[in-house]
Amino acid sequence: MAALFALLPLGYLAVRALERGPAYAWDVVADQRTLDLLGRSLGLTAVVVAACLVLGVSMAWLTVRTALPGARAWSVLATLPLAVPSYVAAFAWLSYEPDLAGFGGAALALTLVSFPYVHLPVAAALRGIDPAQEEAARSLGHGPLRTFLRVTLPQLRPAAAGGALLVALYVLSDFGAVSLMRYDTFTRAIHTSYRASFDRTPAAALSVVLVVMTIALVAAEARTRGRAGHARTGAGTARPPVPLALGRWRPLALLWCGAVVAVSVAFPLGTLAYWLTAGSSATWDLGGLAETAWATLGVAAAGAGLTTLLALPVGVIAARHKGRGARLLEQAAYAGHALPGITVALALVFFAVRYAYPLYQQLPLLVCAYAVLFLPVAVAATRAAVLQAPPVLDDVARSLGRRPWQVLREVTVPLAAPGVAAGAALTFVVCMKELPATLLLRPTGMDTLATRLWTETGAGSFAAAAPYAAALILLAAVPSYLLGRHRT
Amino acid sequence: MNELHVEGLTKSYGASEPVLRGLELAVPAGALAAVLGPSGCGKTTMLRIVAGFLHADAGTVRLGDRLLSGPGVHLPPERRRIGIVPQEGALFPHLSVARNVAFGLTGADRAERRRVTEEMLELVGLAGYGDRMPHELSGGQQQRIALARALAPRPQLVLLDEPFNALDSALRAGLRADVRAALHATGATAVLVTHDQQEALSTADLVAVVRDGRVAQCDTPQHLYGRPADPWVAGFVGDAVLLPGTVEGKGTALTALGAVPLATPPNGTRTGTVLLRPEQLRLTATDSEGAARGTVTDICYYGHDAMVTVTVDGHDTPVGIRVAGPLSVRPGQETGIRVVGEAGLHP
Repeated sequence: MAALFALLPLGYLAVRALERGPAYAWDVVADQRTLDLLGRSLGLTAVVVAACLVLGVSMAWLTVRTALPGARAWSVLATLPLAVPSYVAAFAWLSYEPDLAGFGGAALALTLVSFPYVHLPVAAALRGIDPAQEEAARSLGHGPLRTFLRVTLPQLRPAAAGGALLVALYVLSDFGAVSLMRYDTFTRAIHTSYRASFDRTPAAALSVVLVVMTIALVAAEARTRGRAGHARTGAGTARPPVPLALGRWRPLALLWCGAVVAVSVAFPLGTLAYWLTAGSSATWDLGGLAETAWATLGVAAAGAGLTTLLALPVGVIAARHKGRGARLLEQAAYAGHALPGITVALALVFFAVRYAYPLYQQLPLLVCAYAVLFLPVAVAATRAAVLQAPPVLDDVARSLGRRPWQVLREVTVPLAAPGVAAGAALTFVVCMKELPATLLLRPTGMDTLATRLWTETGAGSFAAAAPYAAALILLAAVPSYLLGRHRT
Repeated sequence: MNELHVEGLTKSYGASEPVLRGLELAVPAGALAAVLGPSGCGKTTMLRIVAGFLHADAGTVRLGDRLLSGPGVHLPPERRRIGIVPQEGALFPHLSVARNVAFGLTGADRAERRRVTEEMLELVGLAGYGDRMPHELSGGQQQRIALARALAPRPQLVLLDEPFNALDSALRAGLRADVRAALHATGATAVLVTHDQQEALSTADLVAVVRDGRVAQCDTPQHLYGRPADPWVAGFVGDAVLLPGTVEGKGTALTALGAVPLATPPNGTRTGTVLLRPEQLRLTATDSEGAARGTVTDICYYGHDAMVTVTVDGHDTPVGIRVAGPLSVRPGQETGIRVVGEAGLHP
């Protein structure tokens, strides 16, 4: 059911793309410009993913496994960029240095907002690894670095690959940052095409290419997962690890963490503060701000709730079954995420207008769009969390008289709960930041912080936009902070 | 009552060789049976079918008068009233020890749950540990709690899947005895799957040796060791001395170690393999009456006894002789060998 729901927009795309016959659609796709877009999108994705892996894995290892001073605080700080929408980051860098517009600026802004997607699952996986394995490697004559490379890193692969996939999907579907940086990718071209004409076919055809790229990415990630079981083996229940002393590397590690946090958190906040003070002339509409913030919280909570509910069965099946059906189900859930928000929104408008007119421009439709868009975030979190509960516990619970659904409720879900909650919090944050789908689907008269921010920025009034950006970041920081503090 | 009957169990995974080929097992009510076999023999598959985690291709599983698995019948695990103790315990890491033990006590009210939990903790010798979390226990304690958890709902049958594997040997012996006592105290029928013959012989009332998906022999430990069904079983449950022999009439067989009395009269067989245990051989003086002669090639000293390897004149493979008490021989020394007791003859 959940997967079917996620596939809805795909059906729309197929209908739209083929509306004028396959030949016309092929003409659009085979165009030289499409190839250019493909190169630009893939290049940007590769660079951002590589940079995020370096940032995310290094920060996770330093904060979880080493005796880094203030490790907990760094860990929390490293999740805060999640609260910074890509368009705010892009805006901050542009207002500082307008020459950054283009590939470099887009890559910089996207990396700095999306590396927590790698940091969070890798940190969780690091906490789940039995320290005895690392101790065994050390006793076999491996130094700390070789132990990390040969024992720890291979086990982090599923988590890192899952995170990298999320980053790649984020980059492919990002609209705000690339638009502000004036770097043409698929999403920007699709948006322009939608806005430019009533002929929906070119946009739909381009979207299909984008979806094919996503499926290839998801398949590649599934391959790295392989056949290895990742539930912990070994006697009894793991003991907490002893943090590794950093010795003379300590200043360097601190410098690294400091630099990462400075450019990803401090810099956009500083820029925002500057605009807040600079815009003393702009009117501060506190009532409007509070009302918008309340509406944003409500709609994001509904979106996160529905998404988590739908992700739970998919994540459990993806973790527990290795069959082809389970794989397909999981991949279907990922399909939604690479679709740009605007495509999902238009698909839902299309369906609502034809089959459920009362829902058109109503809140439930927007919540559905969030669920389609962010199902992968919640599924990835659920799957990783369920993998932490060894299957033998299911057997034991069954033998003690529990039905399968009771096992799920009493054993699997409680064990996976921290991870599932992390997924829900993450979904909440991304729902709050979502822009293109919200712009199209919000009920008439309702504004979220993101849409207000967009409107004001579009009108060139950066100072008027700043309070909304600040409120958005503050509100999104709360779940991000909780995410960073939570320990599995 | 609680007797277990497994009949004609077959199972194969996909297109590969069958893992079980008509396995039969009968365990009387209240008995502790060990299923012993090398890794890959199908013993764990059998356990998982009995527990209900796997579907058999054919065959039946009966517990008392209830049919658990059979043609068209597959009772789900939660309705079988079978407790399992997995390798390494597998305690629920998110629940305290007391809540782990009480996990299977669903129908009971609070006071009853509390009473049974305390009773079980006492039974496994860990009274007062209820508030701890699993990771605060040692491996042996976790295993005891796993047993208490399995026994708490008063199952008709308890399955133990190599439960002592991860423990050091000093801990094992004590835990084995305690597990036996706890099982007998509750009266549950139990099946212990293991690849360790010492564990099987010392713990179980009944040992079934499994080879290639079938039970090769099922007997009491003494019978299994003393009268193994064939040389393979003999070698698997203990050290064996195998000698070619020719029947001489009057119930003896002529071997490289001289004439050996046979336990059962040969039914028509003329030649075969004569089977002795190392403790049935004695070292004697080289010139002693009626003794075979050989040369000591190696000595393994265990403290309570020693295994002396001797090359016997007229026999290719060296034989092992278990010697209790002080040793009077050295490698390279000539010795006489005498046989005590009766031997088995296998075609």
